[in-house]
Amino acid sequence: MTGMDLTVATLRDLAEGAAVLGTGGGGDPYIGRLLVERQLREGRRVTIIPIDELPDDALVLPSAMMGAPTVFVERPPSGRGNVAALRALEEHLGRTAAATMPIECGGLNSMMPLLLGAQLGLPVIDADGMGRAFPELQMETFAVYGVPGSPMSIASDHGDVAIIDALDNVRMERLARVMTVEMGGAAYICDYPMDAATVRRTAVPGTLTLGMRIGAALRTARERHEDPFDALTAALAGTIYTHGLILFRGKVVDIDRRTVDGFARGHVTLAALDDPGDQLRITFQNEHLVARRDGEVVAIVPDLICTLNTDTGAPVTTEALAFGQRLTVYAISTPDIMRTPAALDCFGPAAFGLPDPYTPVEQLTAGTQVGA
Amino acid sequence: MRVGIDVGGTHTDAVLMAETTVVAEIKTATTLDVTSGVVTALERLLATSGAERGHITAVMIGTTHFTNALVTGRRLARTAVVRLALPATAALPPLVDWPDRLIRAINPSIHMCDGGHEFDGRPISPLKPDQLKRIAAELSTHEIDTVAISSVFSPVNAELEERAADILLAELPHLHVSMSHQIGRVGLLERENATVVNACLRDLADEIVDAFAEALRAVGIHAPLYLSQNDGTLMDAEYTRRYPVRTFASGPTNSMRGAAFLADLADCAVVDIGGTTTDVGVLSGGYPRQATGEVDIGGVRTNFRMPDVLSIGLGGGSRVATTPRLEIGPDSVGYELTDHALVFGGQVLTATDLAVAAGMADIGDPSLVRHLSKDLVRNGVAWMAGRVGELVDQMRVSAQPLPVIVVGGGSVLMPDHLPGVPAVHRPAHHAVANAIGAATGQIGGDVDRLFAITAARTREDVLDQARAEAVERAVSAGADPDTVEVVDIDEVHVAYLPGNAVRVRVKAVGELCVGRAATIEEVKA
Repeated sequence: MTGMDLTVATLRDLAEGAAVLGTGGGGDPYIGRLLVERQLREGRRVTIIPIDELPDDALVLPSAMMGAPTVFVERPPSGRGNVAALRALEEHLGRTAAATMPIECGGLNSMMPLLLGAQLGLPVIDADGMGRAFPELQMETFAVYGVPGSPMSIASDHGDVAIIDALDNVRMERLARVMTVEMGGAAYICDYPMDAATVRRTAVPGTLTLGMRIGAALRTARERHEDPFDALTAALAGTIYTHGLILFRGKVVDIDRRTVDGFARGHVTLAALDDPGDQLRITFQNEHLVARRDGEVVAIVPDLICTLNTDTGAPVTTEALAFGQRLTVYAISTPDIMRTPAALDCFGPAAFGLPDPYTPVEQLTAGTQVGA
Repeated sequence: MRVGIDVGGTHTDAVLMAETTVVAEIKTATTLDVTSGVVTALERLLATSGAERGHITAVMIGTTHFTNALVTGRRLARTAVVRLALPATAALPPLVDWPDRLIRAINPSIHMCDGGHEFDGRPISPLKPDQLKRIAAELSTHEIDTVAISSVFSPVNAELEERAADILLAELPHLHVSMSHQIGRVGLLERENATVVNACLRDLADEIVDAFAEALRAVGIHAPLYLSQNDGTLMDAEYTRRYPVRTFASGPTNSMRGAAFLADLADCAVVDIGGTTTDVGVLSGGYPRQATGEVDIGGVRTNFRMPDVLSIGLGGGSRVATTPRLEIGPDSVGYELTDHALVFGGQVLTATDLAVAAGMADIGDPSLVRHLSKDLVRNGVAWMAGRVGELVDQMRVSAQPLPVIVVGGGSVLMPDHLPGVPAVHRPAHHAVANAIGAATGQIGGDVDRLFAITAARTREDVLDQARAEAVERAVSAGADPDTVEVVDIDEVHVAYLPGNAVRVRVKAVGELCVGRAATIEEVKA
């Protein structure tokens, strides 16, 4: 195989890059990183393979953690649930998986397939189905391009397993969500079973190596005392995430946060340091959805809106936002596969109840000036 | 009268206070032998003030001993860790992310057992007493006498940690037990880490408390002894033996609280300028704002309560660079100021030289900085004020401007007006703000855990319960029940769960009720 073996150093880069791709949400990759790091230190290997590696008919079972990151940090996994979920789906399908992969490359779920890969010696495909973080299971490019999420498996830390074969992906999400709560608020899933040819047709390619690249860029910029945002922009050049740019630079002057239907919704407002009247307001639902500067949309989902520490470039999640923080709001354009009409129906502005149409961030920001 | 003592790495400061008046203040060198440094400080304080020993009602001490022990990895006890969680959490055993240096220092004996709870209070698996009895036998064989016990979601339900402690203590009556629900909040690894830190400091805690008690006895003071905690409240000597980890970061907290007390402000920013760094913290209602998230201590990630402090490399000894552009710090001549600064005949242009040239300070020989250009001096002073003003601005939690108290040896660097700041205070006695913070500590109690809201238990019921628990904890820690009030309530709903789980933090504080606390005789007993 032509894959690359993960090292502790590349894993750490990936964890930071995944937090950037979490676009304010996705859960802190820290616990996930520790889980994988322990596997590596005990001599197990994680092999990351390119999307074109496997034969067309090889079975791929994407894997993830589902539920509340708050529960996950209090009750880290047994290492049994994720294996049980994969084995149950294999048994249900009567086939053996040739690889696993992330359904979500942003945040904690970038790490979970790596854990499974280390435990079972299963390669991990360098691709995912969200190209960032999203709050729900149906928000997948797999779904957009016709792959049913079902049958999916879900398992508890104890090893209880269930197969959900739902009529559609939204119903699957709801059934799985109820079961997750019964399983203690955090469960392990395998969904969107598909062959390697379908992965090539429907997945966002290269997103694990993208995460590593972003993390490495931020780390080396810090080590060399260089501008982390220049480094980030340079790291994105030549990837399918073509445009990376600073949307705004300022300090947090207001945060409005509430929990609605189990989601953390709210707004954060930043003011430019040299002109308090120049403001950027971001609306979030776990992840950042839309940024408006002085009322005008400057970036909108599914493009990535990242809140990063102005001094270090370190990602700041919606939970960690606090008054007075100096933040740089950095936007990253999504690849074409996430911008088709079908993709926007699934996870564009309307899917989150936003009235604004989708316009690519590079068009919205053409010729504008960045806040000081 | 109260005595406040701050035992720092190099200096020990002490103050004698009658109600709100500073009667006497002294500074002495910290000694390697804990008792004699404190004896010297107390004797000098009594001599300076002429106060009678019998009039002293309490002695409050803030100390860095425990932090230093962890940072240096010295004098830590061999420690056992028992986690109640299986089958959950098996993929991440205790101490998984600790630096090798500290693992070697505490040589841990690690045990994972059945137990733990889910977020809603259901058991993960029942406790198995036989597992714990086997662990007790092993600890006995290896002569390990301190243990940290953690259980999943113990901040929600502490029952299993308590039962496990009872079983171990029945087998090993002399065992020191540290339970995680008493020490940290939700976040298993971080809470467990803090509990292990506490457990490995237990022997040292006995030693230090005994040494302080011995010092009081040697001087003939029979008042009860208290130690400062990291949130600015006090704990009695007995409690300190059980929770030494709570002394971590009490230094910056005491400094901030002492400054606020001297300036008579409850809501303000405190700027502490030393020789090399400037620390900025914020007080709200008289207590330092706590940092959110994780705190790294000596390479160990924990989530216990620490003051939120921002630091920059600006102090009295900071070097002034003029090319390519004006910049002051972070390089500093530090404690060698009197060798290197221009005003002391040295060759290095420092921040102190600028302050002297600007007429803001009377240090060394002002004639040695008369040649500095007026522009450089003016711009330099403005640069420093601008940096500090920016830090203060960053620490504000609301749009409301905050008054600022400037303390520390480097406080002469600050002009009387800072950009964006309504008032700058420089109280008297600010050099011993730490000891004053210790002397004026109150008694607190707090609650931080997840509650489930149901049809039978409304949000109001939950908040009432949390308030009552916090008040009860403050009173049982020695607060006068008549003075206890709830000073902080924070509720956070938990994402990705149905709208019934809420994490509530409540803090209650009250005045120290001297009659309730143990005397030195009781402590020694």
